[in-house]
Amino acid sequence: MANLEPKKNALANTEAVPVENTGPASLLQQAKGFWVTFSKQFQKKLTYNYPEEKPPVEPRFHGRHQLNRHPDGLEKCIGCELCAWACPADAIYVEGESNTEAERFSPGERYGKVYQINYLRCIFCGLCVEACPTRALTMTNEYELADDSRTKLIFEKEDLLAPLRQGMLQPPHPMYPGMDETNYYRGDVKQAHSSQESK
Amino acid sequence: MTNAELIANDPGWLILAKAGIIFAFALVTVLLFIWAERRILGFMQNRLGPNRVGPFGLLQSLADGIKCALKEDIIPSGADKIVFVLAPAISAGAAFMSFAVMPATGEVTLFGQKTVMQLTDLPVGVLYVLAIASVGVYGIVLAGWSSGSTYPLLGGLRSSAQVISYEVAMGLSLVSVFIYSGSMSTGEIVAAQHGKWWYAVVLFPSFIIYVISMFGETNRAPFDLAEAEGELVAGFHTEYSSLKFALFFLAEYINIVAISALCTTLFLGGYHAFPGLGFTESWLGGWFTAFWFLAKVYGLCYFFIWVRGTLPRIRYDQFMKFGWKVLIPFNLVWIMVVATLRVLSQNSSRTAMIIFAGVIVALAMLASFLYDKSKAKAAIAEDDFVAPAPNFPVPALPTQPTSKVVNRG
Repeated sequence: MANLEPKKNALANTEAVPVENTGPASLLQQAKGFWVTFSKQFQKKLTYNYPEEKPPVEPRFHGRHQLNRHPDGLEKCIGCELCAWACPADAIYVEGESNTEAERFSPGERYGKVYQINYLRCIFCGLCVEACPTRALTMTNEYELADDSRTKLIFEKEDLLAPLRQGMLQPPHPMYPGMDETNYYRGDVKQAHSSQESK
Repeated sequence: MTNAELIANDPGWLILAKAGIIFAFALVTVLLFIWAERRILGFMQNRLGPNRVGPFGLLQSLADGIKCALKEDIIPSGADKIVFVLAPAISAGAAFMSFAVMPATGEVTLFGQKTVMQLTDLPVGVLYVLAIASVGVYGIVLAGWSSGSTYPLLGGLRSSAQVISYEVAMGLSLVSVFIYSGSMSTGEIVAAQHGKWWYAVVLFPSFIIYVISMFGETNRAPFDLAEAEGELVAGFHTEYSSLKFALFFLAEYINIVAISALCTTLFLGGYHAFPGLGFTESWLGGWFTAFWFLAKVYGLCYFFIWVRGTLPRIRYDQFMKFGWKVLIPFNLVWIMVVATLRVLSQNSSRTAMIIFAGVIVALAMLASFLYDKSKAKAAIAEDDFVAPAPNFPVPALPTQPTSKVVNRG
């Protein structure tokens, strides 16, 4: 049965207090108002001159994604598609492929061959980052993602991959000698070994 | 030689040159004023304002003007075309015209001619300014009416009612200036203030009323009810676009500068220097007086901006009440006092004047006392008042159930 009783909330139980009409404020108080606007002119402004000075974002800011690498340069992505499945906006497309001894991109069995994020769809919720089992996918603080065409806003794997740092080698290359994917996962590999360099 | 006599000797080409200078001055001042307003309002609100176009954003208004000119010019199908086109021209034209009688400098030499920077010095110069302001209202009314749309019509009516009401208050506050200076010519009013107290001090109540009615007269915040965007979209110029809109914009800002110039002329000593700095008036062959004139005008313009940044818009009925029931009656009483004092000071002894002033002060105190008492009485009466229960059916308040719903299964 429809309940037509008025909803009981805190507001309904509060007794209304009539507001006293005090009339116009005294001249001094009005002068105070003028002083507020006058003095504000000489205070520091809150505006950032954006393109010239970029305001720092919070460290946890959800920006453009990044596909991370192991310290020897191998990719962390294993092509499991969990990120794509987690994505509520259906912005991620992944195609996995098996690593071979001749062409190894990541430690272990599989790697992500195709990895696309459509930034026209992405809502920067970060669920993909939570879903990633290898911490391959994280988010950077970069937020300047505007562009002039739709295709430019579909980021490919090359656009998303983290840059090679000191001690990293461009894959494909073999795994660190004597290490398997579990060692990689635990962080036992600190940098590339000379035997990993391609001839 | 008075200003009028000096100007009478002007050859035709000099008059043309002066008209050109005044036109250019008005335009440049408006461009700078719009920029300054946006910057200063920004500063007052803890932001920077436009600072992209040109150094410090100085060319912002120019860029806006170009943008306005390049936009599509729309004439609504319901509009009365001729009047619709004519209205902004009337507004802008009238706005420029009031500058003709503003004395901007003392005696100077322009192109080898001894003259003053004033196009003409009419014997009724101030009335001319008021008349031109009223012609400007035609632009607003016609714009509102010819748009063939509701909001512009309402905005136009509001605006005209407002300008006309506050012009009465403004005109009355000028009367005491006329009484004291003995002239309606702008040049002579400035001359009458030279070497004495400015009328802003001598006729302080008139000055205050003039400053208040300045805001009503120019449709500026806190009296910008004609453009109350929450109620009327953009008021009388809702249907206007492109250059026609730019003309209205121009007219509004020229009016502000013109009315500030009039205030300077009537109450702030015109082009004369501040007390104690009279020696500067002969600098640059007399041209330095223009600096004092501009300093005062721009100071008033700053005040316009400051008030806009500080005060919220007031309600229309309060605004009209204030104009008709406060400013005008007060002004009339004040004019009587001024006139009597003036006559007494010219014809009778000092004692009579002092006695009269004493009587006025006593009357003012009595009036204030009676007003306070009646207010207290009204407050008591208000407390006792209990509204009778209405003897007709009224809809229930949303918190009370109107009927019970029977569940029929």
